[in-house]
Amino acid sequence: MSATAVHSLWTTASGVTSAAPGNSFTAPKIEYTQLMPVLIIVVAAVLGILVEAFVPRRARYHTQLFLTVVAVAASFAAIVGLAAGGYGTTKAQIAAMGAIAIDGPTLFLQGTILLVAMVAVFTFAERRLDPSSNGNRVDSFAAQAGAVPGGEGEKAAVRAGFTTTEVFPLLLFSVAGLLVFPAANDLLTLFIALEVFSLPLYLLCAVARRKRLMSQEAAVKYFLLGAFSSAFLLFGIALLYGYAGSLSYADIANVVDGSVLEIDPALADTMGNDALLLIGGAMILTGLLFKVGAVPFHMWTPDVYQGAPTPVTGFMAAATKVAAFGALLRLLYVALPGLAWDLRPVMWAVAIVTMLGGAIVAITQTDIKRLLAYSSIAHAGFILAGVIAASPEGISSVLFYLLAYSFVTVGAFAVVTLVRDAGGEATHLSKWAGLGRRSPLVAAVFAVFLLAFAGIPLTSGFSGKFAVFKAAAEGGAGALVVVGVLSSAVAAFFYIRVIVLMFFSEPKEDGPTVAVPSPLTMTTIAVGVAVTLVLGLAPQYFLDLASQAGVFVR
Amino acid sequence: MENLIALLVAAPLLGAAVLLCGGRRLDKTGHWLGTVLAGASFVVGLILFTDMLGKDAEDRALHQHLFSWIPVEGFQADIAFQLDQLSMTFVLLITGVGTLIHIYSIGYMEHDERRRRFFGYLNLFLAAMLILVIADNYLLLYVGWEGVGLASFLLIGFWQHKPTAATAAKKAFLVNRVGDMGLSIAIMLMFTTFGTFAFGPVLESAGETSQGKLTAIGLMLLLAACGKSAQVPLQSWLGDAMEGPTPVSALIHAATMVTAGVYLIVRSGAIFNAAPDAQLVVVIVGAVTLIFGAIVGCAKDDIKKALAGSTMSQIGYMILAAGLGPIGYIFAIMHLVTHGFFKAGLFLGAGSVMHGMNDEVDMRKYGGLRKYMPVTFVTFGLGYLAIIGFPGLSGFFSKDKIIEAAFAKGGTEGWILGSVALLGAAITAFYMTRVMLMTFFGEKRWQPDAEGHEPHPHESPKSMTIPMIVLAFGSVFAGGFFAIGDRFINWLEPVTGYDHGHAPLSAATVTGATVVALVVGVGIAWAMYGRKPVPVVAPRGSVLTRAARRDLLQDDFNHVVLVRGGEHLTRSLVYVDHSLVDGVVNGTAASVGGLSGRLRKMQNGYARTYAVSMFGGTAVVIAATLLMRAV
Repeated sequence: MSATAVHSLWTTASGVTSAAPGNSFTAPKIEYTQLMPVLIIVVAAVLGILVEAFVPRRARYHTQLFLTVVAVAASFAAIVGLAAGGYGTTKAQIAAMGAIAIDGPTLFLQGTILLVAMVAVFTFAERRLDPSSNGNRVDSFAAQAGAVPGGEGEKAAVRAGFTTTEVFPLLLFSVAGLLVFPAANDLLTLFIALEVFSLPLYLLCAVARRKRLMSQEAAVKYFLLGAFSSAFLLFGIALLYGYAGSLSYADIANVVDGSVLEIDPALADTMGNDALLLIGGAMILTGLLFKVGAVPFHMWTPDVYQGAPTPVTGFMAAATKVAAFGALLRLLYVALPGLAWDLRPVMWAVAIVTMLGGAIVAITQTDIKRLLAYSSIAHAGFILAGVIAASPEGISSVLFYLLAYSFVTVGAFAVVTLVRDAGGEATHLSKWAGLGRRSPLVAAVFAVFLLAFAGIPLTSGFSGKFAVFKAAAEGGAGALVVVGVLSSAVAAFFYIRVIVLMFFSEPKEDGPTVAVPSPLTMTTIAVGVAVTLVLGLAPQYFLDLASQAGVFVR
Repeated sequence: MENLIALLVAAPLLGAAVLLCGGRRLDKTGHWLGTVLAGASFVVGLILFTDMLGKDAEDRALHQHLFSWIPVEGFQADIAFQLDQLSMTFVLLITGVGTLIHIYSIGYMEHDERRRRFFGYLNLFLAAMLILVIADNYLLLYVGWEGVGLASFLLIGFWQHKPTAATAAKKAFLVNRVGDMGLSIAIMLMFTTFGTFAFGPVLESAGETSQGKLTAIGLMLLLAACGKSAQVPLQSWLGDAMEGPTPVSALIHAATMVTAGVYLIVRSGAIFNAAPDAQLVVVIVGAVTLIFGAIVGCAKDDIKKALAGSTMSQIGYMILAAGLGPIGYIFAIMHLVTHGFFKAGLFLGAGSVMHGMNDEVDMRKYGGLRKYMPVTFVTFGLGYLAIIGFPGLSGFFSKDKIIEAAFAKGGTEGWILGSVALLGAAITAFYMTRVMLMTFFGEKRWQPDAEGHEPHPHESPKSMTIPMIVLAFGSVFAGGFFAIGDRFINWLEPVTGYDHGHAPLSAATVTGATVVALVVGVGIAWAMYGRKPVPVVAPRGSVLTRAARRDLLQDDFNHVVLVRGGEHLTRSLVYVDHSLVDGVVNGTAASVGGLSGRLRKMQNGYARTYAVSMFGGTAVVIAATLLMRAV
């Protein structure tokens, strides 16, 4: 391969590739305004690292919390500013030399991710649930993540009252990656974003304060399997590049539908070879399906959800799904619309086994976090039904579903952090028996979230499911809707079973207690309930918002 | 003027609301409030009536649109009223007789501690019935229809501490539900057929619709009418409804409830005119009920139940007339109004007798009461003469017209119907004379009760006798007033239409035959109950008598066919539910659970297994994608 054929990320834009080698260098043009939401988060994350280095240990928690909250809020304000400025609709454009698309779906999903991040930060910062150790208030994270579990180092760290305040910058880095992921408009940016949000998440999974071995096991599994799936993704990217001679979504789409006839001499052997397109497309698809937790790429989900510190689980379950579905939508709608017919049967099959598999296996779960993990798998299937719809309604229904689902998820996991016994969180279902008798409010709130998961009317779950199924049915996927409704029926069984368990069983003698949280977690839960009910009772405004935002820029 | 229409309903509705929500503070004054508001409604009715009389016949109908109830595209349900001559007649009857019954109840319910509530229910009854007759569409009519059902349930079961009363209320409600289903189905059919259920469009376009649909609608309307008007086969609730306080019986039988069915059929005349098959069923139901009720009335020793049988029979006359089409509509309504007077009078009289006889209802324990209760005797007697059709009194004119109309139907049908109506007249004379003789004539037959209290028959207070006197006037004069100069025909003709028919017999012949029937009936009754003393214990009687005492086995029939049949049906359904449905459901649940348990094992915790799953999944995805292209 000669030097002339080496394409860099910044030179894929049309016109640049054909320039004579070595003669000119066009300075990259970066639209800082449009990238502001991401930049704010990255800068804050870097500052967070500096805080760890220079701010005294005692002050770090408050400094980090303040920095994180301000950064997320500022970033969200920037999103709102962009949306108000019309960047979601009329001024939608490709920024950063073709790497980032700023359009309706980007802004909608970025906004959702930031809101989720905000309420997740509150659960990260919660320090009243665990009994204080040696007079120090502690959160859900290990005293010193590097210390060997059960070793002397850990004991010393606990005695000293250390906390892992690094979780805040890690969270911010992850958020930065998540923000870029659904906006990525070329394959390499997609991959970088994936790694940027994944690596901090792997770390965050490993730093639970209780059950540390389980937490570390989860992190290792997540990392191994995540790396495995990244490899598929990367391989797929390489194959697609070979096929199209470009990494940009728009160029790939043009090659797929045959509007670019000019063959890059360096890629003359591979360009236009459909086998590369099909295999590459399928591999990228599997990489993304891994992130959304679709069957059969879902097996990491229960183990990781269970092992990770619960605040991390809540954040990951909500935000990753939002970003990954955003990226999937953009890939399918912008880069590979020409492949729609080839991928359709596969997508159908994946959606069906995901819905059914998630719902059926959830029935026999005995751990609340694993139960919610399988529930999230089933929900991934429902959302896939909307993705398959292949229509503007499909896009907007998926956007709405993601908004609705993410708040329910964060709220539900936040409630899980409250129910505790001597060993920390009491996640075994048998311990939840009779919770409604002792803590009616907490049980009622959890019941609201469960009903929303089940898709009962007057909750956001119903509005979302209805929108997705409607779009799917109109998009010719009626059979998928039938499977979806059947799986919902199966899923309703285990959600309602938990409600029955909480309200109609006798409380256990040595049952868990419900810890009284600080206003932080209360805010998270209250916001979760509020969004769940508002989107359930008066979804129209948000449905309109989603449908306005449902157009990808090309 | 239109704006007054809503006031007709508003007054009693307000009364009901205030009395039922007002609490004990109103115990002392509540009955007055209820009576005044019923009276107010009557006064409003009179004002509207005078106004209506001042207009030409064609311009008399008034409309008032209150608001859109359910404004959905393609489905317009309005709260709107229509007051034409037909509705006006009913309004005056309901509010007039209703007010008199209110006044009467002040005395009758004096010692009942729940009197306030009673008046609240009475007002509710009036309000519902008024909505029913002034609604301008079938859906609003249905609202009134159900309101009447509710109020009758509450009032029949007013003495709910008596299990019999509670059962009777339940029975009335359940039997009425059957009819209500008919009405709701009819309304649905109308909506699918005409796209609306407002009277105007439905009745105007009735002629242009297919026979089959109209017949179906007509039969469903008839089913509804059978329920409310206690016609065979839905008649069984009426006798038991006597468990309610006597003013309630008077209200149900004279002014509200049972007249609703007649109203419904006459109002829907256009539909029946275009559906002769449905009309035929209507006359058959009317004729059968007419004889059925009369036979039951002959055998009952309970004065109220005898009167109940009589009502059934008289409503049968009205339904029969209504089934005759334009020949009979007007006479059905005319008989309804005159019947309203004399039946209310008879019931109030019966209540007065019971009031004086320690609530004894068995006529075999009355006798010779004319000496003790002169006012009751005279007013009851006038009502009696009116109902048997004594020449010159109200019933004579209205019943005679129906018999004439039945003959005028023409052909074999006319002869059969006319003869049945004549036979009914004879039986009416018989059973009413029997009631009269057993109650007011002969020797006194009452005895001390178990505790040694002997009843001391006495005249009732003024609040009870005055309404009876007013009603007696109506019983005597209303029929003549309506009939002479064809006043009633001219009044209603613009709404219902009128047709002379082809009478095979002259009017004089029919009248003569009616009088003969009357004399025969009275004569037989005199021979059986006047000439010789009435035994205190009922004789065994013939098979027919015994059957009639049991309401011609209606309850046995219902029990065997409906109750047992229903039980068998539910039992078999339960069996199917348990064995088949539950089996499938539980089987599915078990298999899903089993599948879950097995799939769960795949989640073994080893990252290598998970990686294999991903690898396999990717391979399948790639293969399937390639395969799709290959195919």
